[in-house]
Amino acid sequence: MADDLRATIVRVLGDIAPEADLAALKPDVAFREQLDLDSMDVLNFVVGLHGALGVEIPESDYPKLATLDACVDYLQARRTS
Amino acid sequence: MPILGADMVAGTLIAWRKQPGDRVARGDIIAEVETEKGLIDVEVFASGVLERIVVQPGATVPTGTVLALIREDGPAPAAMPAVAAPVVTAPVVPAAVEPARVEPAPGERKRVSPLARKVAARLGVDPDTVGGTGPGGTVTREDVERAAAERQAGPAPAVAPAPARPRMDVARMRQTIAAAMARSKREIPHYYLAHPIDLHRVLAWLAEENARRPVTDRLLYGVVLLKAVALALREVPELNAVWRGERAEPSAAVHVGVAISLRGGGLVAPALHDAERQPLGDLMRAFRDLVQRARSGGLRSSELSDPTITVTSLGEQGVERVFGIIYPPQVAIVGFGRIAERPWVVDGAVVPRPVVTASLSADHRVSDGHRGGLFLAAVERLLQSPERL
Repeated sequence: MADDLRATIVRVLGDIAPEADLAALKPDVAFREQLDLDSMDVLNFVVGLHGALGVEIPESDYPKLATLDACVDYLQARRTS
Repeated sequence: MPILGADMVAGTLIAWRKQPGDRVARGDIIAEVETEKGLIDVEVFASGVLERIVVQPGATVPTGTVLALIREDGPAPAAMPAVAAPVVTAPVVPAAVEPARVEPAPGERKRVSPLARKVAARLGVDPDTVGGTGPGGTVTREDVERAAAERQAGPAPAVAPAPARPRMDVARMRQTIAAAMARSKREIPHYYLAHPIDLHRVLAWLAEENARRPVTDRLLYGVVLLKAVALALREVPELNAVWRGERAEPSAAVHVGVAISLRGGGLVAPALHDAERQPLGDLMRAFRDLVQRARSGGLRSSELSDPTITVTSLGEQGVERVFGIIYPPQVAIVGFGRIAERPWVVDGAVVPRPVVTASLSADHRVSDGHRGGLFLAAVERLLQSPERL
């Protein structure tokens, strides 16, 4: 399940930053640092995750999506809760 | 060829979306042109029938060149006006040798730039089959066009043909930005003002508002700033103008140019049309669409030619205060820095408040510091009642 989530997250990121080298994405380093994301990208990321997984992510939880690892943990918890 | 920026001198006609005999209405996209700002959709400003195409795809022509003739609705003229043959600029062939094409390692995802995807779709090329020459093997627009040309030409000739049109790259965009900014600093007597603004009401309201909205309709803080700027211009309209010849022409409409950084470098500042009249939800949708198209290719010509003021926000980069350079022919640019917790005096007590510094760079030929100060004060006042924006 975690691998599926990871793949989905990377795919959504790929739609937002198609020129990014996602194969080199470090799972414990903030997306913003690695991919130069801005607030519009973050919003599109959340919208993309919502579309792909059907998970409603409140704005107050955006900081919990900072890295790939954190994102997987958060989404796993939301899907099982 | 429309002028889509202060220092645009030429553009390349890429494709016609309409053909002779087709009906066109004001606002229709009639053609695609390539400029240093990327691939731009050209709109028409008259309704009628496309009579004749003057400039063919692949030609680079100076701004102002007639691209096509439209017979407007209404009484037919005795004859269509004569049009001089367009002056086609010789293609600029880059000195660089053909860049190495990089294929991803097995299992790696092929990286394709948004513009390349769009061009690939138009040319019927599968971008996943194209070797990339961009950073890290990214497939660029030039790669797609080369692949399309090779497919059309059949087996590769002994000598590769010269590119049909100039390469548009970040370096060229930088040159254009440099030219516009140098002109601005040379010709426009700037003055600069800064004004700290307490955002606690805005941020609290925004959190409540976004908690109510579905994720697809959430608002960004930046769009609230854009709306406040647009409304403040009603109070100080001389900042919402363009300089023509020897005087400023105030604009009745507020078309806010939004500075958008592009992936891989460079920026554009296309217009959010009639920003002061749009409800926040509509403005947010327009803003989101504008950013998406700015970064993937597909801005409209009017979005590049219409801005009457520019807003730039560098807060996400940690910038404290912006000292903007006016983009000619506009006469003002508004900047926002980062939100920082600051000591703020409220009813005699010092309390922590989220504060942003709003700045104004304005043309002293058109306004003075007194009016500029009133404008920033109006922005602050409007931001204290976000529910009314």
